[in-house]
Amino acid sequence: MPNILSIPLITWRAWKVWHRNLTVFTRTWKVNFFPPLVEALLYLFAIGMGIGSYVREIEGIPYVTFIAPAILTIAVMNSAFFECTYGSYVRMYYQKSFDAMIATPLSIEDVIAGELLWGATRSLIYVLIMLPVLALFGVISLPLALLAIPLAFIGGLMFAGIAMCFTSVTPSIDTLNYPAFLFITPMALFSGTFFPLTLMPAALQYMALTLLPLTHLVAMMRMFTLATISPVILLHLVWIVVVTIICCIAAINLMRRRLIV
Amino acid sequence: MPGSVFPDLLSGKRRGRVLSDQGREVIPGIIEAKDLKKTFGSTIAVDGIAFSVQVGEVFGFLGPNGAGKTTTMKMIACVSPKNSGTLTVLGMDPDTAPAAIKARLGIVPQETNLDPDFTCFGNLYTYARYFDIPEKAAAEKAEELLRFVQLEEKRDVAIEKLSGGMKRRLILARALVNNPDILILDEPTIGLDPQARHLIWEKLRALQASGNTIVLTTHYLDEAARLCDRLVIMDNGRILVEGTPADLVREHAGHEIVEVENSTAVVSCLQELHVDYEVAGDMIQVATESSRDIARILLDRCSPGKVITRPATLEDVFLKLTGRKLRE
Repeated sequence: MPNILSIPLITWRAWKVWHRNLTVFTRTWKVNFFPPLVEALLYLFAIGMGIGSYVREIEGIPYVTFIAPAILTIAVMNSAFFECTYGSYVRMYYQKSFDAMIATPLSIEDVIAGELLWGATRSLIYVLIMLPVLALFGVISLPLALLAIPLAFIGGLMFAGIAMCFTSVTPSIDTLNYPAFLFITPMALFSGTFFPLTLMPAALQYMALTLLPLTHLVAMMRMFTLATISPVILLHLVWIVVVTIICCIAAINLMRRRLIV
Repeated sequence: MPGSVFPDLLSGKRRGRVLSDQGREVIPGIIEAKDLKKTFGSTIAVDGIAFSVQVGEVFGFLGPNGAGKTTTMKMIACVSPKNSGTLTVLGMDPDTAPAAIKARLGIVPQETNLDPDFTCFGNLYTYARYFDIPEKAAAEKAEELLRFVQLEEKRDVAIEKLSGGMKRRLILARALVNNPDILILDEPTIGLDPQARHLIWEKLRALQASGNTIVLTTHYLDEAARLCDRLVIMDNGRILVEGTPADLVREHAGHEIVEVENSTAVVSCLQELHVDYEVAGDMIQVATESSRDIARILLDRCSPGKVITRPATLEDVFLKLTGRKLRE
């Protein structure tokens, strides 16, 4: 039984799984392109304009501009996380797609890697659709905010890896609700998204910085959309890259353990 | 011998010829298993089996539920690693060269796992792409196979709209996208109506005629008798017997079976006459070389109820070897 962190052998064939998912996605593009547009507008109006009209400014920044990176990162998190939990679980368990794929030259490592890459790609697509909306409202600083696009892929890969770890151990599709509601939803609220981390007690700030991946992603994203890059960005980036690598490797090994008996 | 279809395989076979201890030439099979073992926790699914499948033959695995057939298929298909023993497929080891082996296998799984996100054509095309077949060739192959399994009219239909028989045919087509050297079918006709079963059989015979090696498991003994050149009967993870269907019937069930209604009078009569018999529910079965003689004796001396004579079948062999107790 391979160690959970042993390096899996992945081939270029992983892209075939990615391509399969992309094909299905683009065929139903009307359904898939609509939500990010609506989501961006909803957040901008409800929280940005609504709450923003009372709050006005945070740390000298208009509230709606302050939350713009949060809108992007929450979308990155949600699209990758839900794709690689519910989406992957349906393909694995109900559709038996993974079984069908590993009967071809694809290995289970290729299949899971392809799913992770696809989860990250979904995050990227989401951000691609949201950016023009935010630009139109003048709440992001171009051209630096374009760095949100590669960041969406890296952040998406991180949440895809985290999601796939849950998928690999979940006994049923219903139990995926636990990480979704107990981990993802609180994270969307307490990671320096809609109010600065510094408003929380010091202990909670440290907890958010050590345990909540979204904290680092929001911090980086905010530097890009506000065009205020500081050297701290490197710490955030290293944190994200390390966690991404660990989670993706663990996810592949855990899925192998689940599916290859 | 339709060997020209697989020149590389046959030359490989010639190169690989070895002599046994007795100096007799032993031809290594396209699939070779020796002492093959697979356990799941404390359950022994496959308990040290050995078999050899030759190029171009139809080889069957029969056995009750839980006999280890599907597990054996999965080991051959490189999706379930063995615990011990040796297994070679196409001269390669599934543990070290799974992708190279799988590139030359066609798999029809027991469970229907077509991709519901695609149409019939989309399923075949996407699957062909997993085998690194270029786009144009994949599309051509998909069209050709839709014709082969007579699903051209369903080309653009979603999977959920297909009947059970159509799904099985599409799965068979999907298993052929890479022109496999070996076709592995786990219960290919399970749950199908007679028309659909006959169509699948017809296609399998056509494939064998064009040189494919076919390995299949089945619960349908008439199917095994019809299709298989050779077969093994498994139970509790072991192989009980191996041979051609006709030989197995002759060796283990005799030529003919006389069935007579079960009554105490008939039983004591048979015991008096020292005739071997077997009780199967409300019927008594007597295996014999000459059903006419036995039937005449029964009618003359035992005053039986209904008497039926029929040729022995693989089902008789199967039930004799694996018993009548219900499994799982």
